[in-house]
Amino acid sequence: MTTQPTAATGQRPSRMTYYRLAIATVLSGLFNAFNANKTSWVGLAVFLIVALLAILAPVIAPYDPLQQNILFRLKPPSEAHWFGTDYYGRDTLSRILWGARISLTIGLLAIGSAMIIGTLIGMVAGYFGGRTDLLVMQVMDVLLAFPSLILGLIVVAMLGPSVANLVIAIALTAIPPFARIARAPTIAVKNREFIEAGHALGYSHMRLMFRHILPNIAPEVLVMGSLWLATAIRVEASLAFIGLGVNPPTATWGGMIREGFENILDSFWLALFPSLAILVVVFSLNLLGDGLRDAVDPRLKGEQ
Amino acid sequence: MTAFVLKRLGFAAITLFAVLTIVFFIVRVLPGDPALAILGDQASQSALEALRIRLGLDVPLYQQYFVFLGGVVVGDWGVSMVSGRPVIEEILKVLPATIELTVASLILGIVVGVPFGVWSAVRRNKLPDYLARIASLLGLSFPAFVSAVLLLLFFSIHLRWFPVISSGQGSGLADRLRDLALPAINLGLIMAAYITRVTRSAMLEVLNQDYVRTARAKGLAFAIIVWRHCLRNALIPVVTVVGLYLGILIGNSVLTEIVFNRPGLGKLIVGALNQRDYTMLQGMMVIYTLIVVLVNLITDLTYGLIDPRIKYS
Repeated sequence: MTTQPTAATGQRPSRMTYYRLAIATVLSGLFNAFNANKTSWVGLAVFLIVALLAILAPVIAPYDPLQQNILFRLKPPSEAHWFGTDYYGRDTLSRILWGARISLTIGLLAIGSAMIIGTLIGMVAGYFGGRTDLLVMQVMDVLLAFPSLILGLIVVAMLGPSVANLVIAIALTAIPPFARIARAPTIAVKNREFIEAGHALGYSHMRLMFRHILPNIAPEVLVMGSLWLATAIRVEASLAFIGLGVNPPTATWGGMIREGFENILDSFWLALFPSLAILVVVFSLNLLGDGLRDAVDPRLKGEQ
Repeated sequence: MTAFVLKRLGFAAITLFAVLTIVFFIVRVLPGDPALAILGDQASQSALEALRIRLGLDVPLYQQYFVFLGGVVVGDWGVSMVSGRPVIEEILKVLPATIELTVASLILGIVVGVPFGVWSAVRRNKLPDYLARIASLLGLSFPAFVSAVLLLLFFSIHLRWFPVISSGQGSGLADRLRDLALPAINLGLIMAAYITRVTRSAMLEVLNQDYVRTARAKGLAFAIIVWRHCLRNALIPVVTVVGLYLGILIGNSVLTEIVFNRPGLGKLIVGALNQRDYTMLQGMMVIYTLIVVLVNLITDLTYGLIDPRIKYS
């Protein structure tokens, strides 16, 4: 499944043919990966349910997540408040549902941009090789050497805690790994015959990279994307727990655990439910990515 | 060998220099005037001016940069803007507590992770393998503070086996161990999850080698093949990954120290962030960089000890 130019027919394929082939390559790569490991489907299903709950939060949340009710402070789980209420009498379930939106938005935006930038860097480094490769990857290794939470901590402290800044901080820490992930298959693909054929036909570097190499390395990058999305959600929650999350009173899972931790001796549910929420999302993504990785990792092929 | 060590040392020095430069400029770009942060809004203009001179903020940026680089080399990392004590002194005071915690959890991670990884690989696609894989996947899904909170809820608050606040300054050995236990278990189990997974995949690769078949064909006991022949060859990726995961371990130690209210680098850096203690922050980043570069160097050099086939070139 590669998007090879149909040089033999002597006809230049139309633009649409390229796009169709490229998308088919990526999709079939992913589909094969899913079928190779059934647990991936479970992970995907759980994650999609969480995403759906997050999207529907304004409709299904039983209360306004910011609505304070001094008469119902620190109430344990009950029929009216399934997950209890917090120090200000806010409904924990509603806050968890709304918090999912923040976690997923920051995670998806951060990993989406890191994936695009990192893949570009890795693809260029791998494609051109030589000095470019050496220099670029050296820089990436220096960045990679720094503990990501510490790097995120500094960047957020520097820029101030907002959704946009958290996205920047988390994306920064995730670019080097994507560059590494994209570089290896690029080197493998660039020596294949169809790329040589492309060179012979006089195709430009840009055209070869984006139309012929990118679709072939995309499945691997997307699979790592799901694993890194899990990491991003974990880092966002960790930063919020330290006090560097989106400013209160906005509901974030990490921030809720931080607040719940202050009342942990008598109101344990405040920390417990958001903890479980993080765990479910991160675990589902790991389950998804882990199964897929086994399938796309060329070293393990044929062993499934 | 010497050439390799020199080359690695050179690369470590370059990395260190690059990160120090980044650190210097990051701290300078932080919004807010440090003098204003220390003295507050009510301070007079002359007092602010005097403090800026004392902190060395009155000279041009490039001079500050050279003073900073020189200071790092000779161990003069400036004084904390909050406590007024030397930064290096404050760091060295809590560093042993963090090292104690990370080393303890690393040992726990290896002791739990390696055997599980081997067992999982040997019983591939059998029940033990599935259990080990699910457990390790679950382990690395835990943000360190979530698992810390859950451990604290269960063992300290529900069962009352351990103190809620581990001071890290206990007098006797028993006290120290009790303080260390929960934080180390928290970090160690997450580390074990990572190590189980690498060990498993490294072992799977080794188990397929021809020499393993030969060893079995000549009638060697399977346990000996696994533990003496295969594990030794699977260790290289395990060591690499343990080195790589040090970054995660350091990040997690920050969270663990906060939850268990344990003194260490983590509490120091969060305190410095909240109080905008720039010199302290700068010192913290220097020490983290030093640790990471040093561990990477050690990891690289260990390969030769583990695998005699590797020739340093």
